[in-house]
Amino acid sequence: MSVKRLAVVLLFVLLPLQGVFALPEIQTWTTANGARVYFARTQGLPLLDVRVVFDAGSARDGGQFGLAALTSAVLDTGAGDWNADAIAQRLDGVGAVLGTGISRDSASLSLRSLTQPNLLQPALETARVILAKPRFAAEDFEREKNRVLLALSQREESPADLAGIAFFKAVYGDHPYAHPKDGHVATVEKLTRDDLEAFYRKFYVARNAVVALVGDIERAQAEKIADDLVSALPPGEAAAPLPPVPMDQPAQTLRRAFPSEQTHVYSGQPGMRINDPDYFPLYVGNHILGGSGLVSRISEEVREKRGLSYSAHSHFYPFRVEGPFLMGLQTRNEKADEALNVLLQTLRDFIAKGPSDKELDAAKKNIVGGFVLRLDSNQKLVEQIASMAFYGLPLDYLATYIPKIEAVTKDDVRRVWQARIHPDRLQTVLVGANSAAESAQ
Amino acid sequence: MSIPRLGFLLMALPLAAPAAPPQVHEFTLANGLKVLVQEDHRAPVAVSQVWYKVGSSYEYGGITGVSHMLEHMMFKGTKKHPPGEFSRIIAANGGSENAFTGQDYTAYFQTLERSRLPVSLELEADRMRNLRLLQDEFVKEQQVVIEERRLRTEDQPHARMEEHFQAVAFTDSPYRNPVIGWPEDVAGLTLDDLSAWYQRWYAPNNATLVVVGDVAPGEVFELARKHFGPLKPAKLPALKPQGEVPQLGLRRMVVKVPAKLPHLEMGYKVPSLKTAAAEWEAYALEVAAGILDGGNSARLTSRLVRGRQIAAGVGAGYDLYARLSPLFSLEGTPAQGKTVAELEAALLEEVRRLREEPVAEDELARVKAQVLASNVYQRDSVFYQAMQLGMAETVGLGWRKVEEYVDKINAVTAEQVREVARKYLIDDGLTIAHLEPQPIPEGAKIQEGPEGMGGGHVR
Repeated sequence: MSVKRLAVVLLFVLLPLQGVFALPEIQTWTTANGARVYFARTQGLPLLDVRVVFDAGSARDGGQFGLAALTSAVLDTGAGDWNADAIAQRLDGVGAVLGTGISRDSASLSLRSLTQPNLLQPALETARVILAKPRFAAEDFEREKNRVLLALSQREESPADLAGIAFFKAVYGDHPYAHPKDGHVATVEKLTRDDLEAFYRKFYVARNAVVALVGDIERAQAEKIADDLVSALPPGEAAAPLPPVPMDQPAQTLRRAFPSEQTHVYSGQPGMRINDPDYFPLYVGNHILGGSGLVSRISEEVREKRGLSYSAHSHFYPFRVEGPFLMGLQTRNEKADEALNVLLQTLRDFIAKGPSDKELDAAKKNIVGGFVLRLDSNQKLVEQIASMAFYGLPLDYLATYIPKIEAVTKDDVRRVWQARIHPDRLQTVLVGANSAAESAQ
Repeated sequence: MSIPRLGFLLMALPLAAPAAPPQVHEFTLANGLKVLVQEDHRAPVAVSQVWYKVGSSYEYGGITGVSHMLEHMMFKGTKKHPPGEFSRIIAANGGSENAFTGQDYTAYFQTLERSRLPVSLELEADRMRNLRLLQDEFVKEQQVVIEERRLRTEDQPHARMEEHFQAVAFTDSPYRNPVIGWPEDVAGLTLDDLSAWYQRWYAPNNATLVVVGDVAPGEVFELARKHFGPLKPAKLPALKPQGEVPQLGLRRMVVKVPAKLPHLEMGYKVPSLKTAAAEWEAYALEVAAGILDGGNSARLTSRLVRGRQIAAGVGAGYDLYARLSPLFSLEGTPAQGKTVAELEAALLEEVRRLREEPVAEDELARVKAQVLASNVYQRDSVFYQAMQLGMAETVGLGWRKVEEYVDKINAVTAEQVREVARKYLIDDGLTIAHLEPQPIPEGAKIQEGPEGMGGGHVR
């Protein structure tokens, strides 16, 4: 029995995965008006994926919460000579898929098209005009604003959404990451068409943009496409750096009553940034704690041992500046405090003792062995490359990823987690039935 | 996990197109296991899926949810591997894995670097016949599933509405039952129920293995023979007919749940590709769903969200690959200042137009252009390619239907769309539900715990 196990382990050693997978070659250049471009050629399917990403996420809302989101939502509803119907017909007629969306850090336009020239050209031309000449017509603005207002109202049906909003507010205070990216009813109601246009003029500019291209096209064609897409944008200026995240918030536990069968529980603090020097020990550690699905410690303690929750997890969400470290679960109302205690105790144990050799080994095997699964489609590649371009990660980021995972030691994980994650300073939110009553004790 | 019925865009996938269509290799073991392999050499990965012909539509009164509950227990150990080890082995091999239960299937999958495929096949073969159902694991997992029901259904206004809607739209078809099961049935399931279900359905002659990725078909067949070949087939029970009695007139219902917004759901009884008297009817219904909701230029979004601005959001869906006759469904949320009744009238008007006016050639061309393109886009995902083959095979259509899809859609005419609309999109086969929002009690002020230092509040 033990001999057989040893044989299996040896097999892993003999098959180093990083040697097997040829990473896609990433090329980069800057357009004449200042937009950075990342390009990877893939072959096998006649399709092209494009992302144009601006530093224009909800962190740029200023006091007008929801401005970045509404600007993004209205952007593709009218441009140049076309109204929303004309744009939709142009894209659907060639089978292209165009979308816009935002995160806290970024606003992006995505396009997927076949590479056949008579299909690709109309799709690219539509995207170009949307970026360069959006109309922000009054009718489109009013309609989209009303739809957003309804969606914000619907958010009040969801204890999970309410808990998430409260969590970000608790962690980030007055920082631009604190408010929900779609804003609040009161702030969106005040937005005007002119606000959107001003936001667009300031942030949708070449020096504030990156372009990512992945698909079956040549470098020369990629250069032309990138140029065409952003050529009509003024150079403008890159957005100013975001303010630092407040790192010393004292612990709070917030409870909100909601007539649901489950209580949603979130607990966490500011986590890490994209270029964080501690990224690898934090990431590998979290894989063990709560980031690897059913085999993680949190899932084992909360779900597998006690049947308390369908989903119990922990994650880092790395942003431009410190994104959150977040642990979460949902459970029947009467078990909320018990489940929260299990969650917190699991975190405290992990920080005090760190991972075991066996856990660290298993986590590395999963991350290293699964690395190729993160890059095995055009869709995943373009997301990865757009993110590298937007955050200015080095071109060898993917090539050095596995060695950096392999280099993480047990001591690294324990030391870094003790320095960075503070169980006595967590922001904890509970939303569910009886939550408020319990807080009186 | 359960997955919802797939809407039009998701279904508009299969093969043929500008690039050469990938070839499917088929092989059947002596014990009845069907093996399908499709090569995709873009990246050194392989997805492996085992599909069983069992799901909620095979269940009967009192044990609804047993297929889904059994899916959860399939991770809880065999004679060879203790509970949880399946997942730990896959994780240590860099794989990702999970499972899903639908009305017509239960499927288990792993995605791995290609050299690790044998690990997945060995483990799947083991749990196909050697599951150990343990009482103490079952008791905990039953709580997990009840939590899953609370999360996905109990606390979700639209999901609750949908559950009640299906139960009214269908009279005796098992599609009236939710995949996750009714609450009392789920709570009442026993280990014996699961054991009987497992013995009845989990066997090589009731399963299909699908492998898509950077693999050689001959090698996969050899691996399948090695790991699954020794398994004994089961004596499968003959399937009951499980039809639906003809509907005798329009059905209306109201769902009252705590919510902020009203909602509308409508469904017409229609045949699927499997149940249609003539295949073209099903493809014409698929095109009809595309005319209404295939992209931003389609009728519902362009006329009701933009145009008349009656809806904040609206959609249409049809499950071409259902094993039993499904619904052709329409749903939406009224725009600000509009009522559910106005939205209902607008949707009925759109259906009337499908019955009375042939669709324009340019509309038809746009639907077909999207089908052709999305057929290529979906080949970007090895998982999705495997899913299509597994689903078509498991509902009894055969995987070749996936290959035919684009050609069959291309052959649909405007007149055929009108014909199926006249035949099936009629009031006598229609069910309409209105969600009437009930107030969410405003005890909703945030309170701070003992550590509270002021500052944060929710609203």
